[in-house]
Amino acid sequence: MNDVNAAFAAAAGLIVDADPAVLGIVMLSLQVSVCAVAIAAVIGLSLGALLAVTRFPGRGAVVVALNALMGLPPVVCGLLVYLLLSRSGPLGQWGLLFTPSAMIFAQAVLIAPILAALTRQVLESYWEEYAEQLRSFGAGPCRAVPTLLWDGRFALLTVLLAGFGRASAEVGAVMIVGGNIEGYTRVMTTAIALETSKGDLPLALALGIVLMAIVLGVNAAAHALRGNATRWAG
Amino acid sequence: MRAPDTILPLTIEGLGFARDGQPILSGVSFIIDAGPPSIIIGPNGAGKSVLLRLLHGLLVPSAGTIQWSGIADPRPRQAMVFQRPVLLRRSVLANATCPLALAGLSRAEQLARAHAALELVGLAALADRPARSLSGGEQQRLALGRAAALRPEILFLDEPCASLDPAATQAVEAIIARLATAGTKIVMTTHDLAQARRLAGEALFLHRGRLLEQSPAARFFTDPATSEAAAFLAGALVW
Repeated sequence: MNDVNAAFAAAAGLIVDADPAVLGIVMLSLQVSVCAVAIAAVIGLSLGALLAVTRFPGRGAVVVALNALMGLPPVVCGLLVYLLLSRSGPLGQWGLLFTPSAMIFAQAVLIAPILAALTRQVLESYWEEYAEQLRSFGAGPCRAVPTLLWDGRFALLTVLLAGFGRASAEVGAVMIVGGNIEGYTRVMTTAIALETSKGDLPLALALGIVLMAIVLGVNAAAHALRGNATRWAG
Repeated sequence: MRAPDTILPLTIEGLGFARDGQPILSGVSFIIDAGPPSIIIGPNGAGKSVLLRLLHGLLVPSAGTIQWSGIADPRPRQAMVFQRPVLLRRSVLANATCPLALAGLSRAEQLARAHAALELVGLAALADRPARSLSGGEQQRLALGRAAALRPEILFLDEPCASLDPAATQAVEAIIARLATAGTKIVMTTHDLAQARRLAGEALFLHRGRLLEQSPAARFFTDPATSEAAAFLAGALVW
């Protein structure tokens, strides 16, 4: 019990003193996850919006596949990206393996389907409501996409936050393609896993507390946005 | 003198529409020309809403033709307001500018027209409110103003007062009358006879998917040509 208390005290010390090692790891984590969300957003939002407004043979299968990919295990995603980026892989000449770029790549692959699937759900219900009116304005499905994205802005911000939460909390993908190299590719989740197995509980705990605080902050933001969304959705 | 680029008269010939093999409209022929409002009346299920959607191009006819006049593209010259207004999740003002932006107008022109339209429908003071927080009557007025801002030559209105209280109905009718006076051709469906009497220049009586009568309002309401129309006017149940 004393060990645990001592570990918490030491962890609090690391956070309060803004320990450079902790700070570096936190900053890299945020940088990787924010970049991954940005890239996945471009792909996921446009794909989800297009899927919401178009009807084509096999669309049902695409929707099911996207929904299934929402549950893609991070380690499997990491493995696939590893195979792509490894020396002998198709993208091997880029030399990205074991760099932060590889970690961004893997997290983007992990959350793009989540963003696409959730965007599709949100915008499909809007499209059902708007389609006739927008066609009356002379806008077919493709020209309606920007209108739908703008009207879904609050709901879609919540979607982006969900993606960020998933990206910042996963450990498997960044571990495999980043390699958990100290001072280079070590992020909060991989550091927690490593330090715990090494027995350095204060550092692991300090990072765990920061991670929890970030996830809590993201969820609080999502909650606030939802209130705003209902105001505009009427 | 008719403006050379007008899209009226609108000539409909042998128009038919079926859904899942069930005929909803058949053999409908008439001509709509510029002038006072044309009111399409008839009992529920007569095919009034489907007829408007066909004319506006939202549905594709299964038979017959819809022929606009002139050489201008008829699409941007018409607008439609639906029974239940579909308002975007934006401010009142942004709802008015959206169709103008889609029509490719400059931002300055969008704002000028949108403000004028909100003035016309009495919503200028609510320009910054979320559109979906408006009352039912205000929402329908916004939908009317938004359509009017497009400056259509012909405006289709599908039961615009169906779910409104008398005061809101009166406000909407006043706007419709003003648009008609200003030269917009109104084509409107209603099952409310009193409203039809107040607004109609001519009446089109639709019954079981067929157009039974098209006559000037004065004649239709006093001396209908068909027994079905007479029964409908007398308040008898016709179907």
